[in-house]
Amino acid sequence: MNHDAYPDNYIRGILNNVKTIAMVGASPVNVRPSYFAFKYLAQRGYDMIPVNPGHVGKELLGKPFVASLSDIGRPVDMIDIFRNSSHIMPVVEEALTLDPLPMVIWMQLGARDDAAALKAESVGIKVVMNRCPKIEYGRLSSEISWMGVNSRTLSSKRAPVPTQGMRLSLNRMSVGGGDTAASDRAAKNKSEQS
Amino acid sequence: MSDRLPGFSTLAVHAGAQPDPTTGARATPIYQTTSFVFNDADHAASLFGLQAFGNIYTRIGNPTNAVLEERVAALEGGTAALAVASGHAAQVVVLQQLLQPGDEFIAARKLYGGSINQFTHAFKSFGWNVVWADPDDIASFERAVTPRTKAIFIESIANPAGSITDIEAISTVARKAGVPLIVDNTLASPYLIRPIDHGADIVVHSLTKFLGGHGNSIGGIIVDAGTFDWSTGGKYPMLSEPRPEYHGIRLQETFGNFAFAIACRVLGLRDLGPALSPFNAFMILTGIETLPLRMQKHCDNAKAVAEFLAGHPAVAAVNYAGLASDKYNQLARKYAPKGAGAVFTFSLKGGYDAGVSLVSKLQLFSHLANVGDTRSLVIHPASTTHSQLDDAAKVKSGAGPDVVRLSIGIEDKEDLIADLEQALSA
Repeated sequence: MNHDAYPDNYIRGILNNVKTIAMVGASPVNVRPSYFAFKYLAQRGYDMIPVNPGHVGKELLGKPFVASLSDIGRPVDMIDIFRNSSHIMPVVEEALTLDPLPMVIWMQLGARDDAAALKAESVGIKVVMNRCPKIEYGRLSSEISWMGVNSRTLSSKRAPVPTQGMRLSLNRMSVGGGDTAASDRAAKNKSEQS
Repeated sequence: MSDRLPGFSTLAVHAGAQPDPTTGARATPIYQTTSFVFNDADHAASLFGLQAFGNIYTRIGNPTNAVLEERVAALEGGTAALAVASGHAAQVVVLQQLLQPGDEFIAARKLYGGSINQFTHAFKSFGWNVVWADPDDIASFERAVTPRTKAIFIESIANPAGSITDIEAISTVARKAGVPLIVDNTLASPYLIRPIDHGADIVVHSLTKFLGGHGNSIGGIIVDAGTFDWSTGGKYPMLSEPRPEYHGIRLQETFGNFAFAIACRVLGLRDLGPALSPFNAFMILTGIETLPLRMQKHCDNAKAVAEFLAGHPAVAAVNYAGLASDKYNQLARKYAPKGAGAVFTFSLKGGYDAGVSLVSKLQLFSHLANVGDTRSLVIHPASTTHSQLDDAAKVKSGAGPDVVRLSIGIEDKEDLIADLEQALSA
């Protein structure tokens, strides 16, 4: 997988197919990006599990924190890692010990570890790096268009009235991702420099 | 679901719009409302905390305006956009995110006269100091960089003479200085030039001109290219530092490659207040649907008129980058191969008096202070748009006393030429 620019169908397939998401580094502080994403994905119907050893015994939006991936005790489809790039590898290594393996490992906006990605992909796990699942869900459903964001999708069909807690269709016509190529190129240059 | 990139004309008609969720209305409705109800207290809190996507209050966002924003973002190849009340408002909102009092920005000397005034006088009172550079001398931008420089501002096709700016060369200077390049793309429109493809980090427009295109609505827009890293060195605290306005959110960390557009909305538009009326957004959106058709006709007409003027015995000089003999023709071929725009200047052998006489005798061209209308327009910049500049600055910005500026419309070119011919020969 080319991790500089993902085809929309790759992201769409992931978000359409996963149901259970373990969020590593989920924060109970309501201005942290992980809190935003956790809350949004829960409202869109995903079964969310907060993973953060610092908050065991507490809950995030009604879901109890667990200390580590191995403490979850049930299969998870996707692991969403809210840690910076230098802390990715140990999480991926722990994920690879799970049985069954997760289908997807997702690294948050700003996080990228190509070696960890390669390791996960070598056992058939799909990897997404430096993206936010909330933003991607909002983009592919066009919900993010309320914010003037370029969803890079088109549709001539009537949109559903967005209500809380509803799964939204992600199957709009995609305009290829190439339209924000400048942004993707800038991210690639940055990752090559660091 | 194929990942296929549609063409410019398809995006001009479709991007951002879809049939209305409740009524099925196919044209984008005008959501002429100040406010939007919340589902419950948690929904309201989520919206105010920027945790959920949705509408609160039209000063911050509006569904009609959102269609316009996404459409222009798509046409420019940006990640997001924010529509505001005017092109001038766009410039205030952009620079408010980038500059603290005492900071500097470098601006090309060849700009719309209104921008020169805004930068020189209004922004000075905010403590934002403009440093001028010459777009024909790239080294003058390099020399102008200081540790307090926060941005570089240029026009892609520059007012009033329609000169073409070497965007890539100036973007190299900006990258080296670690500051974003802001390009005012008003006179080109994304149909002719997409500055982001040439290294712009932020694009601004007066929507009033070619994008709206019909001379009926004032508006402005800011497009975020998603290319600039705001986190380095704490140079851009509005983007990189915890914002007290939002209980400590860091916008770049939260919104990634469209954080600048969000900052403009939630720190700029929300607090400064220059919201675009949804009615104007609707008018401008309707205009954009025909942008590719109009812009090509504007350019084709402009070239024909410029060629006619260049061959007329009463004309001293024509400044139109689309003419092979023009000093900007090479840059025009590189940056605007479909056409060099429709705004240009010429000077008459009879000087100032001949210019005044020409303007008074024209019957199709309207004498007014706008450009980018379906109608052809004429103005004498030295006594109007650039009148607040001193004589030396007028000449430097291409608006000397003998200069007449035209904005060529989409009428039949034969009629425009006949009108000029009668006015010149009388």
